[in-house]
Amino acid sequence: MSDLTLAAPALRSPSAEFWRRFRRKRVAVVSGCVLLLLILAAMVAPWIAPYGPATPDYENVLAGPSWQHLCGTDTFGRDILSRILWGGRISLTVGFVSVALGGLAGVTLGLISGFFGGLVDSLIMRLMDVLLAFPGILLAIGVVALLGPGMDNVIYAIAVFSVPVFARLVRGSTLALKQTLYVQAARSIGVRAPMLMLRHILPGTLPSVIVYCSLRVGTSILTAAALSFIGLGAPPPSPEWGAMLAEGRSYLGVADQITMFPGLAIFVTVLAFNLLGDGLRDALDQKLR
Amino acid sequence: MLDYLIRRLAGTIPVLLAVSAFVFLFVHLLPGDPARLVAGPDATQQDIAAVRADMGLDRPLIAQFLHYLGQTVQLHLGRSIKTHQTVAELIGERFMPTLLLTVFAMLWSVIVGVGIGVLSGVKRGRWQDQVSMVLAISGLSFPGFWLGLLLIDLFSVRLGWLPTGGYGTWQNFVLPAFTLGTAVAAVMARFTRSAFVEITAEDYVRTARAKGVPERGVVWKHTLRNALIPVITLTGLQFGFLLGGAIVVETVFAWPGLGRLLVDSVSYRDYPVIQAEILLFSCEFVLINLLVDLLYAVVNPEIRLR
Repeated sequence: MSDLTLAAPALRSPSAEFWRRFRRKRVAVVSGCVLLLLILAAMVAPWIAPYGPATPDYENVLAGPSWQHLCGTDTFGRDILSRILWGGRISLTVGFVSVALGGLAGVTLGLISGFFGGLVDSLIMRLMDVLLAFPGILLAIGVVALLGPGMDNVIYAIAVFSVPVFARLVRGSTLALKQTLYVQAARSIGVRAPMLMLRHILPGTLPSVIVYCSLRVGTSILTAAALSFIGLGAPPPSPEWGAMLAEGRSYLGVADQITMFPGLAIFVTVLAFNLLGDGLRDALDQKLR
Repeated sequence: MLDYLIRRLAGTIPVLLAVSAFVFLFVHLLPGDPARLVAGPDATQQDIAAVRADMGLDRPLIAQFLHYLGQTVQLHLGRSIKTHQTVAELIGERFMPTLLLTVFAMLWSVIVGVGIGVLSGVKRGRWQDQVSMVLAISGLSFPGFWLGLLLIDLFSVRLGWLPTGGYGTWQNFVLPAFTLGTAVAAVMARFTRSAFVEITAEDYVRTARAKGVPERGVVWKHTLRNALIPVITLTGLQFGFLLGGAIVVETVFAWPGLGRLLVDSVSYRDYPVIQAEILLFSCEFVLINLLVDLLYAVVNPEIRLR
């Protein structure tokens, strides 16, 4: 009986083992919970926000934090807390959607590249090299210059510069997985290429893709906020966090709440994504501990 | 080494060509007549005709591209729609401020980042390590533009020690260079730490310890020297990040550099300037990476043989 319990750890499935290790990373678990709260808050923003995101209150312009306005008000007397809650919808959407789009394209390209090799591989990877030759935000600015400002275009812009990173990552693991015994075995019994890629190789590449997604969503939110800040993202009335900071620039030292709270919102969100990503990565890769 | 140099140089040329092809196609991808776009909204029919002739828009695309390459090599980059200055002139004026800003930011962030990374690696698991890594991940998550605003608020508005922006004396450099370098210092610290920790596990480090080399010798001679090799590559990659970061930081501090020129040009749809700037930034990035790779080969002979 005691022998059986001793042997038990070796029998844990890889995913059970992963969760066991992940749960030990307190910081990452807390970050995950913070993120869930942020997502929830953004989803129910219309119901929990005390005021409308664009409702002006000209009697209370540039007011500091009070019980009436927990984070104070801006130049038009709009409630900053409400704007941050509404802005969270924008930032989180941009983060998730752009990473989903970029990740999907990148994973597909990486899978094809690694699986078929040869000319296809060289072509795709050279294309990725060229995309990587444009420093991240520059590529995004180029796309915005092409398509015009606006949040939809920001999503495409950020998606574009996530593609090469995912493609490289997935190509690497595909090359390794292609050589494994179970893939070779599947191939030898006549499983066709699309099935081999989707059923047998893709699942093996997903753990590292998921880790990377978490880190990438943080970066994307940061980039989107930066684009809005320099005036190439969300247009002014929008409660996008970066745009709010841009509006508060002229009131430094006069009404610090306009820049302080949106800045804090960006920082906390991105930090949580980064900490979660770090935790996931460490739980996945024992070597790094 | 010469063999490697030639191979690496030869590998860079197709990338540069492809980058310029992308940038060339940029104006053609836009909806509408490229000549009208490049000539600007208030151009006369004659201006548009002149631009069309200059761009050779009636010729095949490949001929146009070769013409574009020829013009670019001679720094004939067209004229700005907004100011009617030549693009080469505009960029020439803005080049030095951005170069100086990125170099200062790079210098402090590499020194501080590697320093913190080594400290963390040596004191692994102790409070110094924990504090450093909390600082590093915070630095990584901090929006640069918010940091810039906070610094202006504290040092310029409240204390009045440093200017809020502009360009000229050394005081103008302090806040922008600090803001720009923060994220890079954070990345460097994290990376140096993990490289350091990885090398510490190597057999030769254990051997050195076992045969009684003093701890100082193990850290400096055996571990650090080898840990720094991958750090060199990362430094090159971070340069691209700095070029991108400069766009944002220059906007915060009203810095008369290339980044702000790019932002202004995008808002104004000044396509000749946008095109030239994207080309310049990308080529700079590609060339810096080439330099870094060569430096890497000097430090690590193994690379040359591959």
